[in-house]
Amino acid sequence: MTLFGDPTIWLPLAFAALMGLSILIYVVLDGYDLGVGLLFPFATPKERDRMIASIGPFWDANETWLVLAVGLLLVAFPLAHGVILTALYLPVAIMLIGLILRGVSFEFRVKAPAPHKWAWNTAFFVGSVMTAAAQGWMLGLYVMGLDYTAINVAFAAASAVFLSLGYALIGAAWLILKTDGDLQRKAVGWARHSLWGVGLGIAAISAATPLMSPRIWDKWFTVPEFFLLAPLPILSVVLLAVLWISLRRLPTEDDHFAWLPFTATIGLMVLAFVGLAYSFYPYVVPERMTIYEAAAAPGSLFIMLIGVLFVVPVIIGYSALAYWVFRGKATDLRYD
Amino acid sequence: MELMDTLLLSRIQFAANISFHILFPTVTIALAWVLVFFKWRYNRTGDQDWMRAYFFWVKVFALSFALGVVSGITMSFQFGTNWPGFMESVGNIAGPLLAYEVITAFFLEAVFLGIMLFGFRKVPGWLHTFATVAVAVGTLLSAFWILVLNSWMHTPQGFEMRDGVAHVTSWMEIIFNPSMPYRLIHMLLASGLTVAFLIAGISALRWLMRDRSDELRKTMRVGVWMAALLIPVQIFMGDLHGLNTLEHQPAKVAAMEANWETRGNVPLVLFALPDEEARENRFALSIPNGASLILKHSADGVVPGLNDFVTEDGAVEHPPVSPVFWAFRIMVGLGFAMLALSWAAAFAMRRGRGVEGLPRPLIWLFVPMALSGWVATLAGWYTTEIGRQPWLVQGVLSTEAAVGDVAPGMVMSTLISYLVVYVVLLVAYLGVLIYLTRKQAQGSDQEPGKDDAARPETNPIPAE
Repeated sequence: MTLFGDPTIWLPLAFAALMGLSILIYVVLDGYDLGVGLLFPFATPKERDRMIASIGPFWDANETWLVLAVGLLLVAFPLAHGVILTALYLPVAIMLIGLILRGVSFEFRVKAPAPHKWAWNTAFFVGSVMTAAAQGWMLGLYVMGLDYTAINVAFAAASAVFLSLGYALIGAAWLILKTDGDLQRKAVGWARHSLWGVGLGIAAISAATPLMSPRIWDKWFTVPEFFLLAPLPILSVVLLAVLWISLRRLPTEDDHFAWLPFTATIGLMVLAFVGLAYSFYPYVVPERMTIYEAAAAPGSLFIMLIGVLFVVPVIIGYSALAYWVFRGKATDLRYD
Repeated sequence: MELMDTLLLSRIQFAANISFHILFPTVTIALAWVLVFFKWRYNRTGDQDWMRAYFFWVKVFALSFALGVVSGITMSFQFGTNWPGFMESVGNIAGPLLAYEVITAFFLEAVFLGIMLFGFRKVPGWLHTFATVAVAVGTLLSAFWILVLNSWMHTPQGFEMRDGVAHVTSWMEIIFNPSMPYRLIHMLLASGLTVAFLIAGISALRWLMRDRSDELRKTMRVGVWMAALLIPVQIFMGDLHGLNTLEHQPAKVAAMEANWETRGNVPLVLFALPDEEARENRFALSIPNGASLILKHSADGVVPGLNDFVTEDGAVEHPPVSPVFWAFRIMVGLGFAMLALSWAAAFAMRRGRGVEGLPRPLIWLFVPMALSGWVATLAGWYTTEIGRQPWLVQGVLSTEAAVGDVAPGMVMSTLISYLVVYVVLLVAYLGVLIYLTRKQAQGSDQEPGKDDAARPETNPIPAE
């Protein structure tokens, strides 16, 4: 346990990294299937079946990353877990009810009698909106320090809109990758429309984080950090440009570059996440509690780390298997 | 006073969430293995009936699994939103157990579920069988870790308290805590019985809808035999579990038996209205020496009483009596009803000609008993969980000390929202179950599915 020096330093850091990784994977993976839900009202009934088919085999495992992320927060940083979740009591409840609604709608809409299908379609859309908006709200409030002041609430509301647009973008990008024909063409249009909001959102959060805390300001706007960090915003702008150009030309004749918007959006999310993580380190509750103050006992962290290190490669392995089995354009889902 | 309201509301909210949640794992834990059995029979015999049974029950599995997942996510957040004191005080123990549940089990289920549900024609037969087994193993591992944690909360050991925080001294002692084996087996058998009666009940319903397919005959037999074989084991295990509880949580057993005074020759109370104010039973109907015989195996065996758990200044440190007393009676009553029905049916099927040999009243009886497993499981959980009060972790952390400081109005508003959602979903779940049953009973040719008719029958299910 003393292999890497003081375990009260490197263990919390390792778990913060693992938790961050889970959140990032969650936002990308559940992001695309939430986004598909957000785009539901714009599609025809037949297209909706296809959209569901494109995410059907995956959504369950995607959502599990959220359980892992909140689980890691819960087990590795028990003190922060209580503080954050009680401060976000209502948005968490809204998100949970949203997740319940959309999760069950997958099953009910194909098994319930046909006249009820519209109700479950609506539940799927409403649940997706509730989940995406609540997550954006929580992100905004977290960035602003978890206090309910007028300006923070306004920022949280804007963040709810921006994150929803981000999910809509990655959802549309997923559909470009997994479908063809009219639906694919429509998806390109959806992606184009949400791209504006995503660019605005990234700019707003990037401006707000250094402004809310002098500490974060110093982390970014001093030499040499400023130059070392310059690739982050530059790459983001490049990716936005790539998205903008590619979305004007897609879909191509033989479906080349259908993967490009999805990949570029993932890149954008990764960059935004790295920027946020850099700003907040070492705090787990902004400006109030560091990961070292909030961490569980080293013994408990260590036994979890062993499990995580064994299991995560396996999870990645069989997730890859699932994506390989259901590769290519989405087709009708059937049990038999 | 305000904290008191939050406490009560948070308890009701957690009870509502966990009650709703447990219904679905109870179905999926055992149903996953029944599906493995169907797939195995099909692989061995090539008989299409087993695959038809698989495809019908896998729909029930998928639906139950989705409801279990979403209500389970709710639970993992509630620790933080409503019960921050739980993780702050015993997080070093509960944390890793919950983490192991997520990483070993949850992912195994969630990832292979896609292949199990939709992969039958996309992957080789062996991989589909493997995915089914992986999901079944995943549900089993989930149950294992959760039951370890829950058992530890009843019979904690393997830790020491430093500054109000539990620190681990031995993981072996924590995992293999005294009540874990009993609770785990009791719960797994409960899941098996729930599924057995669900299968038998839905099959009986199909029979009454004039479904006479060979697939139905096979499934009905599986349900009845599963029930008949599991129920005696469950009654035996339940007895052992009770004796284990008597050793470690005497206050709970005293409440289950509504026994107020510690003494010998304690009667078995069959019916009573326990009165906590007067500290006695009203309208008691009892069998002399019954409780002493059951719990101590001798007529004058001394059984602990509730009055031992009242401190000198009058503070009550035993659970509320009536809910525990009644929940226990409902569970045991249903257990014996299950025994009577499943043995009568198994006997009739052996003597007669399979399902044909079942007298019609017996078939009718299986329909209301379809959900008996759910009721018995809930009653059992209420017995053990309410029976642990006023403790959250027996002797270590009181429920009151763990509750979060959230305004009662907020807890109330979310509680109402959850309740509305749960009621709607439960109604929808049962409605869809009946709808699927009717569709299956009418035969798959008449399914409204568009491309069913277009599917060439010349493309038979590939056998391995």
